[in-house]
Amino acid sequence: MVVARTRGIALSGLDGHPVEVEADVSHNLPGFVIIGLPDAALGEAKERVRLAASNSGCPLTDRKLTVNLSPASLPKHGAGFDLAIAMASLASAGSISAASIRDVVHVGELRLDGRLRGSVGILPAVVAARRAGISTVMVPAPNAREASLVPDMTVLAVSTLREAARWHGGDYPESNEAVEETWDPDPVGHRGQTTDPCPGDLKDIIGNDEAVSALIVAAAGGHNMSLLGPPGAGKTMLASRLVGLLPDLDDEASLEASCVRSLAGFSLVEGLVTRPPFESPHHTASAAALIGGGSSIIRPGAAARAAHGVLFIDEAPEFPAAVLDSLRQPLESGRIVIHRARSTAYFPGRFQLVLAANPCPCGNYGVRDAECTCPPNTRKRYLGRVSGPLKDRIDIHLNVNRITAAQLRVAEEDGKRTSTAEARARVLAARSRAACRLSGSPWKTNGEVSGAWLRSQPQRLSPATTVSLDRALETGFITMRGYDRVLRLAWTLADLSGELFPHRQHVGEALLLRSGVSL
Amino acid sequence: MARKDEIGRWGEEIAVGFVEQLGYTIVERNWRHTMGEIDVIARDVDQTVFIEVKTRSGRGYGHPFEAITTEKLARLRRLALAWCRAQEHPPTRIRLDAVAVLGRPDRGAQVEHLMGVF
Repeated sequence: MVVARTRGIALSGLDGHPVEVEADVSHNLPGFVIIGLPDAALGEAKERVRLAASNSGCPLTDRKLTVNLSPASLPKHGAGFDLAIAMASLASAGSISAASIRDVVHVGELRLDGRLRGSVGILPAVVAARRAGISTVMVPAPNAREASLVPDMTVLAVSTLREAARWHGGDYPESNEAVEETWDPDPVGHRGQTTDPCPGDLKDIIGNDEAVSALIVAAAGGHNMSLLGPPGAGKTMLASRLVGLLPDLDDEASLEASCVRSLAGFSLVEGLVTRPPFESPHHTASAAALIGGGSSIIRPGAAARAAHGVLFIDEAPEFPAAVLDSLRQPLESGRIVIHRARSTAYFPGRFQLVLAANPCPCGNYGVRDAECTCPPNTRKRYLGRVSGPLKDRIDIHLNVNRITAAQLRVAEEDGKRTSTAEARARVLAARSRAACRLSGSPWKTNGEVSGAWLRSQPQRLSPATTVSLDRALETGFITMRGYDRVLRLAWTLADLSGELFPHRQHVGEALLLRSGVSL
Repeated sequence: MARKDEIGRWGEEIAVGFVEQLGYTIVERNWRHTMGEIDVIARDVDQTVFIEVKTRSGRGYGHPFEAITTEKLARLRRLALAWCRAQEHPPTRIRLDAVAVLGRPDRGAQVEHLMGVF
């Protein structure tokens, strides 16, 4: 009877902390106590572990068993500690090797019959284990593929408690029952969708060339954009094509995006997420649904799931103002921080924001051959629901109009439409040019660069180039912040056309993109 | 006598024999009170030991110790206090023990002893 120790992982947001699971058998009446700030699901582990152990033929001790999860002050939740608790308990009674379990991280929920259930958040847990300097993890068989996505880790996949005990030197006969492998997704989460979230091609867009080129600019510079137009103008279609123009995720972004998806309950059986995600929350979403929340287990929201991809807010004025404003902090800092009484969770929050709105509640304002029935005040209030500070973070304001029959015919006869593949190639070229120029700075895309840096040498533009912009500032048409945004857009336009520096015409074009009727 | 009482009786005999071998002196057996009964009261050097004996013929319903719940222990403690009050010279140091007897008269027994369970 020794104190046996093994490791588990407590997840808080995307950060995993190694937790030491210690078990001790004392000479007292039978009992099973779990201490160290467990939540309800974890507190019930004692019933699961005891029954799972006896049903798989490796019963726990008849004495008092105390399991401690340390550090005791860190809140721990969920059933993922079952396997670690079972292993520590068996080892403290001498049934399996205490030395063998010590340097292995165990993650997995037990069923009463001793089988292991696949759980969510395996990927961030394995990443945390590697960060803590542990190289071996034991996970349920359904999660083996997900766990092995993390490089340099030895993954031990087991389907039953007995298999796990046997691996650690337990003297139990091999079970000859066939174990059916099932992936059990979290009931609250989602599943499916791993590669390209929006399969549509840019070619599908007819007669909106201006919008298409603005979309390419947004993709090239990582600029946030807003789309304003009547229903049926193709706002949603445009936004959903944006994600196809973005380059593949790099290794770091891919791992981060995959971790968020794992935590949100998506299956990662197809491998790491390599394409940028696309999230389009409904306008009834709450702040917790948008940025993440929950009282004990903090789950990622749509914004976190959209990290390194596109967050599309359709019908933006229909969202409650407080919900939309919760996006301001992630847009500012690039990460999402959620504070709760007992813990703080961090999620990645660097996404490209696309807002879409109708020009007024009836949707017909400014449309040819259609009459708007909204009083001016209602119209004003409608667009005013998107707060100023949020609008301020948007570089491209685009007006999208319904196409006319004549435009349709011209577009069909012309037949020259940019495909997603061509556009992505242009975006990639522009991004690599920007990355080359920005190497040594903390930024990767033009959309992130600070205005002060743009206005300093050697990237300061000559007065002759910025003459139209300076005029706009003088007349009060744009603010100083707007000035910086136009500069950023001008650089992206220069990158797209392969120029070393923006010309006058780039600045003019940028001013046009910036100054469309704002939301 | 019902079969379960018979096994209980037999288990107590086994338990008494076991603690006597440990060098305990038996003070009293089956001391009754309105609250219940103390199975065995013994003396171990300077301590008075109140022993709860639990006998089971098999493990089908779990280990005998699992049947000694916290309620039972609380009652044993109150009973021990009542016994002490009834003495002319109450003991100064007391201890609660539990003895599990697993087996049947015709098959022999396996005895386990836990000291200071409360």
